[in-house]
Amino acid sequence: MFVRIRKMVAKEFIQVFRDSRMKAIIFLTPIIQLLLFGYAVTTDVTNVKTAFLDLDRTVETRELARRIESSGYFDISRTPGSPGEIRGLLDGGEVLVAVQVNRGFSRDLKSGSTAGVQVIVDGTDSNTATVAMDYLTRIIGSYAAELEGAIPAVDLRTRAWYNPDLRSRNYNIPGVIAIIIMLTSLLLTSMAVVREREIGTMEQLMVTPLKPVELILGKTLPFAAIGFFDMFLVTALALFWFGVPIKGSLVLLSVATAVYLISVLGVGLFISTISRTQQQALMATFLFFLPAVLLSGFMFPIENMPLAVQYGTYLNPLRYFLVIIRGIFLKGVGPGVLWPQMACMLALGVFVLAVSSMRFSKRLE
Amino acid sequence: MRLVRVKAIVAKEFIHIRRDPLSLAMAFLMPVMLLFIFGYAITLDVRDLRTVVHDLDGSYMSRELVRGFSESGYFTVVETTRVESEIERSLESGRAMVAISVPEGFSRDIKRGVTPTLQVVVDGSDSNTASIALGYVSGVTERFSQRLSPVGGRGAGERKSTVDLRTRVWYNPELKSSNFIIPGLIAVIMAVIAALLTSLTIAREWERGTMEQLISTPVKKAELITGKLIPYFVIGLVDVVVSVVIGVWFFAVPLEGSAVLLLALSSVFLFGGLSLGLLISIVAKTQIVASQIAMVSTFLPAFLLSGFMYAVENMPVPIRIGTYLVPARYFVTILKGIFLKGSTLGVLALETALLTAFGAVVFALAIRSFKKKVF
Repeated sequence: MFVRIRKMVAKEFIQVFRDSRMKAIIFLTPIIQLLLFGYAVTTDVTNVKTAFLDLDRTVETRELARRIESSGYFDISRTPGSPGEIRGLLDGGEVLVAVQVNRGFSRDLKSGSTAGVQVIVDGTDSNTATVAMDYLTRIIGSYAAELEGAIPAVDLRTRAWYNPDLRSRNYNIPGVIAIIIMLTSLLLTSMAVVREREIGTMEQLMVTPLKPVELILGKTLPFAAIGFFDMFLVTALALFWFGVPIKGSLVLLSVATAVYLISVLGVGLFISTISRTQQQALMATFLFFLPAVLLSGFMFPIENMPLAVQYGTYLNPLRYFLVIIRGIFLKGVGPGVLWPQMACMLALGVFVLAVSSMRFSKRLE
Repeated sequence: MRLVRVKAIVAKEFIHIRRDPLSLAMAFLMPVMLLFIFGYAITLDVRDLRTVVHDLDGSYMSRELVRGFSESGYFTVVETTRVESEIERSLESGRAMVAISVPEGFSRDIKRGVTPTLQVVVDGSDSNTASIALGYVSGVTERFSQRLSPVGGRGAGERKSTVDLRTRVWYNPELKSSNFIIPGLIAVIMAVIAALLTSLTIAREWERGTMEQLISTPVKKAELITGKLIPYFVIGLVDVVVSVVIGVWFFAVPLEGSAVLLLALSSVFLFGGLSLGLLISIVAKTQIVASQIAMVSTFLPAFLLSGFMYAVENMPVPIRIGTYLVPARYFVTILKGIFLKGSTLGVLALETALLTAFGAVVFALAIRSFKKKVF
């Protein structure tokens, strides 16, 4: 049995690497993906283009402008002269935020009456708008409180654990590794199996003494190996290129990846049983992959989803792997904390692989 | 270029599509599924943050403070503990994201006019949620302080906020994330569909050996490429209409601008996107390679670099320059403009010109790189 599996794996590797383009792709796609994700996916709101309209022109308003800019969140790129100009700046997308300080701002503050500040935000990107508005409210509020000389009734001390600088990259890149492993292994498995059927070589395989189990193992093991290779490649890049710290154990990460790959390859095999052409396999892969990513907690927290959808995410292997890989990278937690996720992922993987193997063997007969 | 031959290729391609109803069904299902996921299932709003309360004071005042947190709607208290080490365990396992520690003597201090310290720890792993959560924490605490002020012995009377801060949101006053997401999403869907539809069509002919039959016919290169493009163009346009109708009717996204302009500019974008798919298919030769190239060159840039979800301004300069080569970027701007701001062709002239140029260049490249030779 092992001889036959070995032969099948060898054949598969020959087929994958015969095409020189394929070799390049297996190596390059994960790297390109990580670079794209690593640089593009920043949810930090920084350097928001801001217009500051100062109608008061006093020491206090200049100090306010300085504070807004030195917060790091805002970049005062425009200083319009009149309220009428604000509309044009926002319409043209030149600024996202406009702050208007009304005449008499510092006089009113000093005399104890209410001074007027107006903030206008471009709401098209509601996330950035909410965050920017929140930052501005805090900056202006604390400046006003300081001028007024008030002592707060409660001294609030906040700390962020695990990622004290709140760098979004440290959070996103481990997730990206999980996604790259999924997309590459899924697409390669489903298409490679269907290709045999599409170009007619499946019949040749069927006349060999290969048993269905051996055929399945021979078809999936090479892609598991590629998935593993991608994991190490991308993790190395994350550590040495992006400088993402890993606090937990690499051994645990490898074990978790192996368990994760069981379900990913199971899904890939399943897609291959429902597709007759590679076109169908490609479409079906994306039809699975997109919701799997969007409903995994990668970008959008699961707690905010409707309850029915939240229950649905328990069937998503990526959901568990994200908790595991983020736990290992950011929190440095071990099996003691992560075992429930591991168990769920294993159960899910065994189930999916069993179902798709059954379907696959049946189709062969 | 002879019209008869183009028509023949178009007819042949339509037969292929008809024979593969599963792929066609998936091509229509994809936009519908994505729109519903983005419209209903996911939101960027942060609420119901799981919170663990570590209250050592256990007084009326501390309970009031905690009530302020849970009543704000942003925090849900999932655990109350008197043991400090519990906080670490809750955050580590992810049972809670926020921990509030009220020290002993909290209410006594307030009554005496001494400022007590309130410790708040958030799980910073997800930096975005964490920074929003920190904002909410200070908001709730501030409100609590303000309510206390008269008692706090810092002088009589209500404490007035001295700055009258008025914030207004333009273009999307309710900050509905679907208004912002759906127009951009339609652009991304179109980029993805265009790539998925055409990136395999020519590679498939090579792999199955039917390309030789095509080569032996008198069809010219330009005719073949045009004929391959038209059927998918039709499917793509149907997808645009379906997506726009769902966006406007189901998700009540206002369509401020002209529907005709939207359709016209979508056609320009589709032409470029489909040509890119064909070019990939020609270069890749095998479907498995084509699918990988399509993913890296079309799907990911459309999602990540188009400004659809991640602001282009936050990216490093080399990547920002790279985004100018991503047609989806212009299409996202166009669709957001037409939907939310009611932009006219005059405002979108630059984007339209660049999209047209992109389409023309890629189409020409596709024709050039296609070799009507077996080897």
